[in-house]
Amino acid sequence: MNNEYAIELKNVTKRFGEIIANDNVNLNVKKGEILSILGENGSGKTTLMNMLSGIYFPDSGQIYVDGREVTIRSPKDSFNLGSGMSHQHFKLINVLTAAENIIWGLPGAERIKMNQIVGEVNALCDRYGFDLNPTQKIYDRSVSQKQTVEIIKVLYRGADVLILDEPTAVLTPQETQKLFNVLRNMRKAGKSIIIITHKLNEVLELSDRVSVLRKGQYIGTVPTREATVESLTEMMVGEKINLAIDRSEPGKPELRLDVRNLTCKNREGISVLKKVSFTAFSGEILGIAGIAGSGQKELLEAVAGLEDIESGEILYHAPDGSIEKLSEMAAAEIRDLKISLAFVPEDRLGMGLVGSMDLTDNMMLRSYTEGKHFFTNRKKPKALAERVVDKLAVSTPSVETPVSKLSGGNVQKVLLGREIASSPTVLMVAYPVRGLDINSSYTIYKLLNAQKEKGASVLCVGEDLDVLLELCDRILVLSGGIVTGIVDARTSTKEELGLMMTGSKVGGQKHA
Amino acid sequence: MLKQNEITVKEPLFRVIKRSNISMPKAWFIRIAAAALSLIVCAFVVMSITGDNPLSVYLGIVDGAIGSKRRIWVTVRETLVLLIIAVGLAPAFRMRFWNIGAEGQVLMGGAAAAAIMIYFGQSLPNGILLIIIFTASILAGLIWGLLPAVFKAYFDTNETLFTLMLNYVAMQIVTFCIVFWEKPAGSNTVGIINAANRGGWLPSLFGIDYGWNIVLVLAMTIGMYIYMRYTKHGYEIAVVGESQNTAKYVGINVKKVIIRTMMISGAICGLAGAIIVSGASHTISTSTGGGRGFTAIIVAWMAKFNPFAMILVSGFLVFMQQGAIQIASQYGLNENASDIITGIILFFLIGCEFFITYKVELNRNRKEAH
Repeated sequence: MNNEYAIELKNVTKRFGEIIANDNVNLNVKKGEILSILGENGSGKTTLMNMLSGIYFPDSGQIYVDGREVTIRSPKDSFNLGSGMSHQHFKLINVLTAAENIIWGLPGAERIKMNQIVGEVNALCDRYGFDLNPTQKIYDRSVSQKQTVEIIKVLYRGADVLILDEPTAVLTPQETQKLFNVLRNMRKAGKSIIIITHKLNEVLELSDRVSVLRKGQYIGTVPTREATVESLTEMMVGEKINLAIDRSEPGKPELRLDVRNLTCKNREGISVLKKVSFTAFSGEILGIAGIAGSGQKELLEAVAGLEDIESGEILYHAPDGSIEKLSEMAAAEIRDLKISLAFVPEDRLGMGLVGSMDLTDNMMLRSYTEGKHFFTNRKKPKALAERVVDKLAVSTPSVETPVSKLSGGNVQKVLLGREIASSPTVLMVAYPVRGLDINSSYTIYKLLNAQKEKGASVLCVGEDLDVLLELCDRILVLSGGIVTGIVDARTSTKEELGLMMTGSKVGGQKHA
Repeated sequence: MLKQNEITVKEPLFRVIKRSNISMPKAWFIRIAAAALSLIVCAFVVMSITGDNPLSVYLGIVDGAIGSKRRIWVTVRETLVLLIIAVGLAPAFRMRFWNIGAEGQVLMGGAAAAAIMIYFGQSLPNGILLIIIFTASILAGLIWGLLPAVFKAYFDTNETLFTLMLNYVAMQIVTFCIVFWEKPAGSNTVGIINAANRGGWLPSLFGIDYGWNIVLVLAMTIGMYIYMRYTKHGYEIAVVGESQNTAKYVGINVKKVIIRTMMISGAICGLAGAIIVSGASHTISTSTGGGRGFTAIIVAWMAKFNPFAMILVSGFLVFMQQGAIQIASQYGLNENASDIITGIILFFLIGCEFFITYKVELNRNRKEAH
């Protein structure tokens, strides 16, 4: 019996209705190896792992664990077979401690000996180099600590195979390094690790082999040392792609936005933005970086008039020299003043668009109040919809199709297309390429650059620091609602940004 | 082969899959098939109770609904009432405002109409009287719709509970009024109001008894279709209903839209109350609403808020209800029999929406336990 492989999948197929999520996929993980599964959004990575962890059941094909064919019907079966998954969205109970979350759901004695469990958890941490206090409650923890709890939860159950779904999406560069060290220790201990990701640099740095999926098809597996960023991209997309972003020098920068000591509180009365001050100029892209939930969303919404402002002011300097105080206006007033401020929110279908409405009606969102007529006029929005579809190559059956039926990339094109249609002087975008494939992402970068060259002041909240450093002119870093630095994107590094994201103030002196 | 670790659980026989798209004819085929199925099941139920053959049961239904001129007109009259309430509910539900208070709004409209008829029925000319009746009913319904809307907009109260409880308040108000209005004294009912001079009764139009009812209800139906589909207000209602976040994002005043829409919704339900009291029953009681405020919710949802589709849906429901009443009397069953039949029909019609949204498929490649 060949027991070289911890897990082996043979010809696994999974369909959802007419969509084939995984088509005859073959995959194997050796003992004591880190395998990356690489693929764009919608290529079937998560579906495949969900079959290993018992959430889905394959339509056909076989799964072998330690050389034995097995049937995995539930996450419990999966645990019994020694594999465990740490999900992209944490499944933890906030009011319990780490140790309580770890033993939750396990069989055991009537009386729980918490001291013993804490001791066992500590032993696990020491063994692999985790940094964790088992008695601390979950709600007190940072995102990376929560992730640590998720991973230990799986290890505590005695898993030999660990599946991590996009583990670095929410981590700073430093935290990512820490996680990688732990994973390397686990490899040394003979565990198998499957890591799902779409960040190529991490794949190259960490894994032993890479398996690539594309649109549900299994493309192949290569040893990491033989792979390059270019070769992996080609495997993922199926064609050669130029991964460089052209960055032009800002021409004739004029002051557009002047934000002074902006403070905002959320519903619970906790400050989400604290004395934020910055300026944004025409013809430049100002990147906004930070760990998820550091106040990026609130900052953009405050400028757009959607967030109640506690104190401070937001001044808009129009091209004609007049100054408007945006901080005293609601979204409707900003619209009625014809200030061309465009905003592409993070939640595209829940805020930027109406999913069940068609393209025409979504174009109308911005312009339906035009004219004194009681009735709506769909002629102009329809023409705009057709123009956006044509110019941005939106793939849709027609402009009468509900936008929720379009793919993520096309939804974003529709939204961005509508927002730039008014030739905005300020364009704010939040996570513009989240969930988009590589081709669509580069289309979006080009559109942002085109707006910058047209003289718009672009504010871009992003999560991929590599991209922000390539795309932006300056980068503002938020940490817990405080500006920890505004740096020149041409000269700063990922590590520098990472430090500021965790709260260390540096670089603030570079720009006023 | 080693298989000790195998867990022998079989794949289920059926699988439910969400449909990505369904063509119009196919969707309507499913709906019509469901209606047919419901008729077959109804027939079996009635057959098992009465022992008669299903054909005569169906004939009984048809006879009850359209068997005579009078029955046709009753069916039309009831359809119109159900239709206008559904039309009134449509904008509220489109806005995802769960207005289950139509019953109370109708009752308040009816009570206002009855009050004007009782106090001014002898003194004012009929034309002016009718205008006052309809204005008063519309205002009464409007207030009953406005109350939950204001609280929803400013205090984010739960509109479902609020509108539901207002139904009972409306009933208590009517009970209270009956104390003063009862005729003959001690009967605890109001009786036919102004039976002698027909003061405040909707007159016949073009020689048709319910002519005014038809004109008013159809005008409201067409008007609502245009309002929801082609006006800025209608567009705002749709956006607020789909996503309040999007509405705020584009600068729609959500509070204003909620209040304005519920005023319209309540006003139309109030108008329905006037049509019932002044145009049909000429009396008032706590059961003037007759549960139609709730049945209309089903009509509005089944018609997907399209007022024209509501004509068909309400027509079908009333047809079956009237038919069921006939069957009940034909076979000497009590009134619950008609409720059972209506229930069976609704079960099938609402249940078929599941098959329109989802596809159930047999598991072709079932995994065999070796």
